[in-house]
Amino acid sequence: MSGRTPNQKAWWLVLPVVVLVAFNAVIPLMTVVNYSVQETFGDNQFFFEGVTWFEQILHSSRFHEALQRQLLFTAIVLAIELPLGVAIALAMPRRGAWASVCLVLMAMPLLIPWNVVGAMWNILALPDIGLLGHSLNAMGFDYNFTRQPLSAWLTLITMDVWHWTSLVVLLAYAGLSAIPNAFYQAARIDGASGWAVFCFIQLPKMKRVLMIAVLLRFMDSFMIYTEAIVLTGGGPGNATSLLSIDLVKIALGQFDLGPAAAMSLIYFLIILLLSWVFYTVMTRDEPQ
Amino acid sequence: MGVPMNRIKWLLPLLYILFVLLPIYWLLNMSFKTTNEILGSFTLWPDQFTLQNYRTIFTDPTWYVGYLNTLAYVLANTAISLAVALPAAYAFSRYRFLGDKHLFFWLLSNRMAPPAVFALPFFQLYSAIGLFDTHIAVALAHCLFNVPLAVWILEGFMSGVPKELDETAFVDGYSFPRFFFRIFIPTIAAGIGVAAFFCFMFSWVELLLAKTLTAVAAKPIAATMTRTASTSGYELGLLSAAGALTIVPGALVIYFVRNYIAKGFALGRV
Amino acid sequence: MARIGLKDLRHSYGPAPQAESDWALKRLDLSFADGSANALLGPSGCGKTTLLNIISGLLRPSEGSVWFDDRDVTALPADAREIAQVFQFPVVYDTMSVYDNLAFPLRNRGVPAAAIDHRVREIAALLDLEDTLQRRASGLTADGKQKISLGRGLVRSDVNVIMFDEPLTVIDPELKWRLRSKLKELHRRIGLTMIYVTHDQTEALTFADRVIVMNEGVVVQAGTPVELFERPQHTFVGHFIGSPGMNLLPATFDGGVARFAGHAVQMSVAPRAVPANAQLQIGVRPEFVSFADTGIPVSIVKVADAGRFRVVETRHAGFSIRLLVGEDAKLPSERACLRFDPSFTQLYVDGWRLGEQPR
Repeated sequence: MSGRTPNQKAWWLVLPVVVLVAFNAVIPLMTVVNYSVQETFGDNQFFFEGVTWFEQILHSSRFHEALQRQLLFTAIVLAIELPLGVAIALAMPRRGAWASVCLVLMAMPLLIPWNVVGAMWNILALPDIGLLGHSLNAMGFDYNFTRQPLSAWLTLITMDVWHWTSLVVLLAYAGLSAIPNAFYQAARIDGASGWAVFCFIQLPKMKRVLMIAVLLRFMDSFMIYTEAIVLTGGGPGNATSLLSIDLVKIALGQFDLGPAAAMSLIYFLIILLLSWVFYTVMTRDEPQ
Repeated sequence: MGVPMNRIKWLLPLLYILFVLLPIYWLLNMSFKTTNEILGSFTLWPDQFTLQNYRTIFTDPTWYVGYLNTLAYVLANTAISLAVALPAAYAFSRYRFLGDKHLFFWLLSNRMAPPAVFALPFFQLYSAIGLFDTHIAVALAHCLFNVPLAVWILEGFMSGVPKELDETAFVDGYSFPRFFFRIFIPTIAAGIGVAAFFCFMFSWVELLLAKTLTAVAAKPIAATMTRTASTSGYELGLLSAAGALTIVPGALVIYFVRNYIAKGFALGRV
Repeated sequence: MARIGLKDLRHSYGPAPQAESDWALKRLDLSFADGSANALLGPSGCGKTTLLNIISGLLRPSEGSVWFDDRDVTALPADAREIAQVFQFPVVYDTMSVYDNLAFPLRNRGVPAAAIDHRVREIAALLDLEDTLQRRASGLTADGKQKISLGRGLVRSDVNVIMFDEPLTVIDPELKWRLRSKLKELHRRIGLTMIYVTHDQTEALTFADRVIVMNEGVVVQAGTPVELFERPQHTFVGHFIGSPGMNLLPATFDGGVARFAGHAVQMSVAPRAVPANAQLQIGVRPEFVSFADTGIPVSIVKVADAGRFRVVETRHAGFSIRLLVGEDAKLPSERACLRFDPSFTQLYVDGWRLGEQPR
């Protein structure tokens, strides 16, 4: 971006965005901060509590368990979706009608409302009448995602893979299509193996879009709520109560505004921090 | 690359597409069944094929109004997001100004705010300013994550347009607004299409905020579905039909932008 | 190193070529002598890159065969042909150092590490890349990257031919000249067969011992720069090479003499007979036209200064004829006569020089 000219008047052009986003982000965030340091007993009475809620949450085993479940879930879906998405993009036709067909079909899950995604998988996985649930049981597996934690987890992960792998495919495909043909030709002349082409041409050229993919998938999987609540409702028990499900349970279910707000902030900060770590690590050896 | 590997390469995308289509097929299958058939037996395709579920949705206002509500706020959000993001993206791609980098990252960081965190404050904020249960409330709320995304995508496209285009136009005596609308916007039409697609998509699929900010008048279709699942018994057929219909707008949109989707993210900068 | 032969080559990108225009390469026979420096010259879309990719094995010809010495390599893939190619845009492996880039083709072929090191340093010295060996290749300038692409070809001791596909496209003008001299020097020092594709006549004429001019999938002439200049075999070569290009004037033929607007014109090869209904043209370069006391009467239209000489545009019977005169030479007043040097005046029949047959 070296060709940009200094111009302070450009602020007028970004002002509408700043106002709009600030309205939606700063005011609610201030509200959350405000709640997070107070105690309420209803009747609009608030008492200042300081950092009590933060201390309580950071020490509560319920939060630790939800956080562990969340980290595990995010790690698993990232570990599946990224390699799978890249592999599919590599194996896809690069251009022509078939590439379009693949892209359109694969992008479908991305455009389905999240609660419908949850509902679809619920219907698919129902042990008695769902295609997946019925077939698994017919094959002799003991599968019931409303009763067994393991079944619930597998269903949740499969759903997320179904829902989001296409995003990685789209991004990786975009990165691959941007590689000029001469690189492949040069590699053939240099006698490079398919693996070497992947390591030294395709992967480095896809690096930027893959970074976007990791960030987006990390953030969105860490924030997963709607699909999961429709599919499993956090159950059985608390087995699939991921962070945001747990948070909403506290906030809406028990009307504990203070702890819920404090937890929200901690949650937001974890995402910011981890995103920043990912971003820094991935851009560290980028030549300027 | 080895020849045998190349020969079976197409299997992976094919299997993945089958995997993608499977739940959609099952949803369609269920939507054409009667409640009796769904609950009574396990069938791979409808024995007693019925359009009753779809008929209910298209005739019962509580159902079809939900679609109209959703479409209303999604379109409003797409329009607002693009209207504010276009000048901002232009500023980021052409000028350096105090705090530009920090501003860019602050905008993107809002993409990281979990909607679950904001649900309650949003409810209070929009109630306080009297916009609760209106389409515009949802449209504005969705700007939280759509505006940063639109700025990001548009900025990528605009940076690909050489600055000489602007300079030539100004030398030719174009005023800034006239240049922007007559020359610049047509030049990056593809980028606007991609940004519009992503705004449409993320607004269309979001439910948590939409549900929190509405009660009756602006209730989204997705919320109507949740009600069906919980209150009016176990009407899986109806639920499936409603779900199947929510796929249609997305499928249409994606068909129109199929050649540009991949480009949208490739050109954006981090 | 090898002599490269192309036999009865034809290529079409479409699956079922029918019309003549479906062929990107129309039938051609060519050979490149061992250790020669060749240029493939022609406008965009003339088929030169297609031809290059067929030689390198990136493309399989629809018909015909490719020979390296006495070996038919038509069926061999690019990596088995032992060739090197430098592309229009620099191809470097971004994540590797310059050293690793140069070593890459050798490592892929399982050469022992010590031999690789020796060879890489030798080539780096040849290309003035020694100082940058440990740097990341992605940080280099365009000409540095092109040197690496070239170096990856040179490190292999067994290359049959090095091919250049418009390698100077993205290089700054002053560096272009330096890199081209470097290529020329390399050719003298290592004596490899080189094929250089370009649409720039200066690049082709200064680099190559032999220039192959192509147009619309056909080789119109293959020869030394002097041959192309003095005896263009086709009107295309006449106007594509040289600046300004050859004067081409409509001609008639009767009584054993070629005439332009009624004036008899002497030829390098005295024409005996020409096919009926053929389009006839007289071709003479501006360099071989001069003012004279008698000849074709012309009026002077325009004089343009071009450094050491001037380009004079004259007209006769509605046709423009250009000639070069020295910067100090006196121009005749408005009325003048032109003389064509007979040894460099050609008669073209349907575009081809009389006596040459289109293939």
